Parts: sequence; C-alpha cells; structure tokens
Amino acid sequence: MLRWLVKLATTVAIIGFAVFWWLTIPQTFDDTVSITYAGDAAKGEAVFWASGCASCHAKKGAKDEEKLRLGGDHPLVTPVGTFYAPNISPHPEFGIGSWSLNDFANAVLLGTSPDGRHYYPAFPYTSYSTMTRQDLADLFEFIKTLEPVATPNKPHDLPFPFNISRGTGLWKLAFPHQRPNVDTGGDAELERGRYLVEVLGHCGECHTPRTNSGLGGMDTSRWLSGGPAPEGDGKIPNITPHEDGLASWSQSDIAYYLESGFTPDFDSVGGSMVSVQANMAKLPKSDLNAMAKYLKAIPPVASQKTP
Amino acid sequence: MNKSLKYMIFSVFSAAILTTTSLANADAIADRKAKMKEVGKNFGIIGKMVKGENPFDSKAALAAYMAIGEAGTGFGELFPEGSETGGETTASPKIWSDREGFQAKGKAFGEDLVAAIQAGEPADLDALKASFGSVAKNCKACHEGYRVKKE
Repeated sequence: MLRWLVKLATTVAIIGFAVFWWLTIPQTFDDTVSITYAGDAAKGEAVFWASGCASCHAKKGAKDEEKLRLGGDHPLVTPVGTFYAPNISPHPEFGIGSWSLNDFANAVLLGTSPDGRHYYPAFPYTSYSTMTRQDLADLFEFIKTLEPVATPNKPHDLPFPFNISRGTGLWKLAFPHQRPNVDTGGDAELERGRYLVEVLGHCGECHTPRTNSGLGGMDTSRWLSGGPAPEGDGKIPNITPHEDGLASWSQSDIAYYLESGFTPDFDSVGGSMVSVQANMAKLPKSDLNAMAKYLKAIPPVASQKTP
Repeated sequence: MNKSLKYMIFSVFSAAILTTTSLANADAIADRKAKMKEVGKNFGIIGKMVKGENPFDSKAALAAYMAIGEAGTGFGELFPEGSETGGETTASPKIWSDREGFQAKGKAFGEDLVAAIQAGEPADLDALKASFGSVAKNCKACHEGYRVKKE
C-alpha cells in the first residue's frame, strides 16, 4: 500500500512537472518576421522615443545624448526584488548587435530571449505585444545605428520563488495581454492615441493598478486610474478623466504637459515621469494631441482608496 | 538690477547653514509649501504667456521672476532634521540623505533665475520663451529626485 502511494505520488509529481514544463515553454515566432519587414532607422527614432526604451536601458538619470547609450544597468527596485535592465545597445557581445529581427520580435512582443528563456514582465512586452511589425522593424534598425556599449549585463537580484524563470511562463499564461474596452468609434486620431498610450507608451504598466496585490496583470476595469508606485513609496497618479484624475485638464493641457512637463497650474513633472516626459517631448505635436484626446476619451475611474 | 538683490537671491538657493532647527518642524513644512505655491503661481504668470494663453507682457514677466526670487528666499533652510514627514509633505527622504545634491539643484536654479532677472524686461515673446526654458528646467531637475508624490 505504501509502495503504491509512493509510486502514485512520484507519478503525479513527474506529470505535474511535465505539465508545468510544457505550459511554460517560451513562445517564439517562426522566422518570417525578418523576411517580410525592412526597417527604416529614421522612422524608428520616433518609435524609440514613444516606447520609452531609454528610461530603463540608459543609465538612471540619463539626459539628452546619454539617453542613446543603451548599456543597461539601470536598477528597478520593486517589491519582488531588484531588476537590472539589460544592455540593448548594438554591441555584438554585450548588447543585441548579433540579434536577428526575429530575435528582437521574440523579445519585444513575446518576452522570449534568443536562448529561449522568459524575460520578466518588468520588461513591458505585455504592452508591446500588439506593436505593429513595421514599427518593430523600424525600431530595430534605429537601435542598430546607436553606439555599442561594452557593459556586461547584471543579473537580477530576486528572492525565491521569483528567481525561477519558468515561473514567468505561468505568469504569462495567467495574465495575458488584455486591451481595455475603449470605444474610438473608428476615429483615426483616437486610434493613434490609443496605440501610443496603450502599446508604445505602455502607460498602463505604471498608471493602471495590478491584480493579485500588485503582482498580477493590469486591471483593465480600472484602466489608467493610478495606484501605488511600483518602485519605492509614493503614488502613481490617476490619468483618467475622473475628478480624481485629469477631469479639469483640457486636451491641450495634457498635450502641453507631455511637451513641456508643466501641469495647468505650472507645477512640474517629477519622479520617474521626468524621463518619460523628456521622451514624449521628442514626438510630433500631432502625436501628443492624439494621446491627449485618447486620455480624455477613456472611461473616468475613481482612484482606489488604499489604507 | 541692484547688487543686494542679486546676493539675496544667491543666498536663497545656495547652501544654507541649518540654523533653523529650533523652528517648529510643522511650520517648516507649511512654510515651504506656501513658498512653493508662490513660486508655482508666478511661474504660471510667465508660463501662460509662453503657452499662448495670455498676451505677452514684459513688465509682468520680469515682476514674476522677481517674485519667484523673493518666494525662494530661505527655501533651502526649510528642511531641518525632523521635518522629513508629516503635514502631507511631498519632500523625498533623499533631501536629508543627499543634502549636497539637493542644494546643488537649488544653486543651479538660483543662478538661472538671477540670469533671467539680470537680463531685464524680455524684449519679445521669443526672449521670454528662452529665459523661461532656462529657469523652468530646474523645476523638473529637482522634482525628479527630491519630491515624492503621495496622492
């Protein structure tokens, strides 16, 4: 009887592990991405600023030209541990200089590394997953024009169980990319704003509260309504058109904030948003207006009261 | 511009010796908030001209720069030990752990502000846009690391 039980337990454990292994196999594209899309570096620069790559992959506090040195090493201190953004400069050994476009697509859209591992969702591939293939190819071409930086990647500092990379596979299954329900009525400017805010700008990653005590995916029912800062103390503001958020801001107020860093009361941008706003200031005004229009069109949501 | 005003503004933002520990900390928090509000109000006067919301007025612009200097007087001294928390302060703990860095930001602000005041009444809107950009960049430079929004 005991032997039988041990056998059963062993079988269940083996099957369980096999299922876990099978469920968490990192996904990849077949190699058609690089064949179909030719990138344009000049167009990729706008994608680069809109996507905010430099805010994590350049040195912390980087300004102006330093934002184009993508050697990584920028620490992201979160409740689950400290992540260090990797080197994405075109250095062949330390960066992504030897990657194919397909490798890049797997990384940015699926969160899978060239050697078949999961990236942690501190890298916002959940938002990037619906980036257009053309934008992706353009971005890749632009990054290839930047300076190769010879900084080796620093391993993340994560406690058990977060240090199990396959666990991220379960996270990806449990929290697949969900788009919030925003009716654009087919308006081209709103659609553009939606794409910039939801996908490239990945604004929801910080401005949308997360499920499962902050460890889950973005709570689309509370889309962009703010919450605790993922890093350290402080709050991320509500940017919905609710009175807890941007109700009193006009569309042009929002566009001006993204351009200048000033609120309608001429308070200034602060914290980690300083770097984000500096990226946004490099976009054409039409894009900033589109983002502002989208932010005025989303459902107003009250801020969640935290004790 | 007279020299005494210039030195007054320099002393405002540059490294201040903390002789104010006897000051009730609650007052320090309330005072620095009031000063910052005044600074913001006057930035708004210029900012609205720059933004095109209000017509260009060179006299009002210079007066606003001077008012920012006045409101900034003693600002750096309003962060004594013991005033790290309370009163819904948005001051970051970094002000106390990295006092030197914090004061360097204040000094840079003071220098750019003095330059804007010394230039006198701005000749036209473009001149105002240039001086505004130069002074206003200091707001986010300091708020990036030394302010934490709680709400």
